[in-house]
Amino acid sequence: MAYSEQVIDHYENPRNVGKMDEADAQVGTGMVGAPACGDVMRLQIKVSDEGVIEDAKFKTYGCGSAIASSSLVTEWMKGMTLDEASSIRNASISEELALPPVKIHCSVLAEDAIKAAIDDYKSKQ
Amino acid sequence: MKLPLYLDYSATTPVDPRVAKLMCECLTQEGNFGNPASRSHLYGWQAEEAVETARRQVADLINADPREIVWTSGATESDNLAIKGVAHFYHKKGKHIITSKIEHKAVLDTARQLEREGFEVTYLDPDSDGLISPAMVQDAMREDTILVSLMHVNNEIGVVTDIAAIGEITRAAKVLLHVDAAQSAGKIAIDMEAMKVDLMSFSAHKIYGPKGIGALYVRRKPRVRLEAQMHGGGHERGMRSGTLATHQIVGMGAAFAIAKDEMEADNAHTLALRERLWDGVKDMEEVYLNGSHEHRVSGNANISFNFVEGESLLMSLRELAVSSGSACTSASLEPSYVLRALGMNDELAHSSIRFSIGRFTTPEEVDQAIAQVRKAVIKLRELSPLWDMYKDGVDLNSVQWAAH
Repeated sequence: MAYSEQVIDHYENPRNVGKMDEADAQVGTGMVGAPACGDVMRLQIKVSDEGVIEDAKFKTYGCGSAIASSSLVTEWMKGMTLDEASSIRNASISEELALPPVKIHCSVLAEDAIKAAIDDYKSKQ
Repeated sequence: MKLPLYLDYSATTPVDPRVAKLMCECLTQEGNFGNPASRSHLYGWQAEEAVETARRQVADLINADPREIVWTSGATESDNLAIKGVAHFYHKKGKHIITSKIEHKAVLDTARQLEREGFEVTYLDPDSDGLISPAMVQDAMREDTILVSLMHVNNEIGVVTDIAAIGEITRAAKVLLHVDAAQSAGKIAIDMEAMKVDLMSFSAHKIYGPKGIGALYVRRKPRVRLEAQMHGGGHERGMRSGTLATHQIVGMGAAFAIAKDEMEADNAHTLALRERLWDGVKDMEEVYLNGSHEHRVSGNANISFNFVEGESLLMSLRELAVSSGSACTSASLEPSYVLRALGMNDELAHSSIRFSIGRFTTPEEVDQAIAQVRKAVIKLRELSPLWDMYKDGVDLNSVQWAAH
């Protein structure tokens, strides 16, 4: 399968790989997917008192497109408000990465991860 | 551009240059281009002679009579001809067929077609090593069983079925035994005089012959009857019509003759390299060799790197030509049905890579592969939340995953 340049770039130089303390009240963690399906994304955000995402980290088990999708959204989310972040749609992710139709589910998963992280943060407040 | 290093010999092999040379001599006007079925002139006689020499070469590798060899377009056609041919000829005797869950699709899809035609098929589950035992076959046999079809060597995990022992059981029960030997011919000694196998499928391109040619062994004593699946001219004693492709057949014969002469050396070479590869990665944590280590063809190493997804691993290994059991490399979203039939969990099936080593693989190539694999696995585990959880002592089976 041929990968787009954007996917290869994120795959070879993933941005914001890492892990934050899940117990921290400022941190929201979203884990989506399942090992059986071949992809699991863990997306974490650190939110300031003003409701702005100060930092974002991810780790992803999955194909190159899944890794690239999660890497991309960590870049996008930094500096966004929670409302802005929750309006990120999978279509913009797949467009930015030029994902083929068979890989659209990777971008859907990334959107789900954003929502899950925000929900987790909100539930802690 | 530097070509990727080829470690996918179970998918196909390059044609041996010695074979290619002989094939080229059967194409042009100066060469042996005649139709082997032309009985009225020298062109036909010469082509027929070349075809019969090749038939003898194929028969010699498996200690069979040349008259037991039927040319086909490849192992897929051989499997179809054997299974449908037997089912359609013997259906009045019974309509039950036994095969296994880890067969090649050429057998499984043929079995499904026969189910649609009213046959009943039992699909045996292998043990966790990937082996089908004679006892499993014995237990599945019924009064109305007419055929057992099992592969000699599995294409994904390389495990070897004890077809000699299974042949004793099927013969005693007067049930026919078909064996797909596409992955075993030229790699494991096959003796048709000793083994009670009734039909056997072969392919040329897995052992340094050309694609598009194969053969079906059809036993003469006791005689096995088949209903032809291809009609039109009655070639191959009525079992498979169609003009014989002299150049392809000559190529297959030459490849089988070389295999007979060099099998021992080839096996020693590929076994040493397979062990070199396995030794080079097995000390990493959570790395598994899939399928029996002991009952295994020499050139195959199917390895799972837990917590790393197969397609992303392949992406890191772009300088290696290997194949993966991961769903993402195929059209379906299911991981390898072979690995799943071993009872393996989906994560391990998703993280598997098949390395297959052949005649032209070098120790330097294997060392390069080891270095690249180690680097990629370490990198991807750094990225893997599952690896984190494993390292934190979380039991992944206890986690409630959000299905999607």
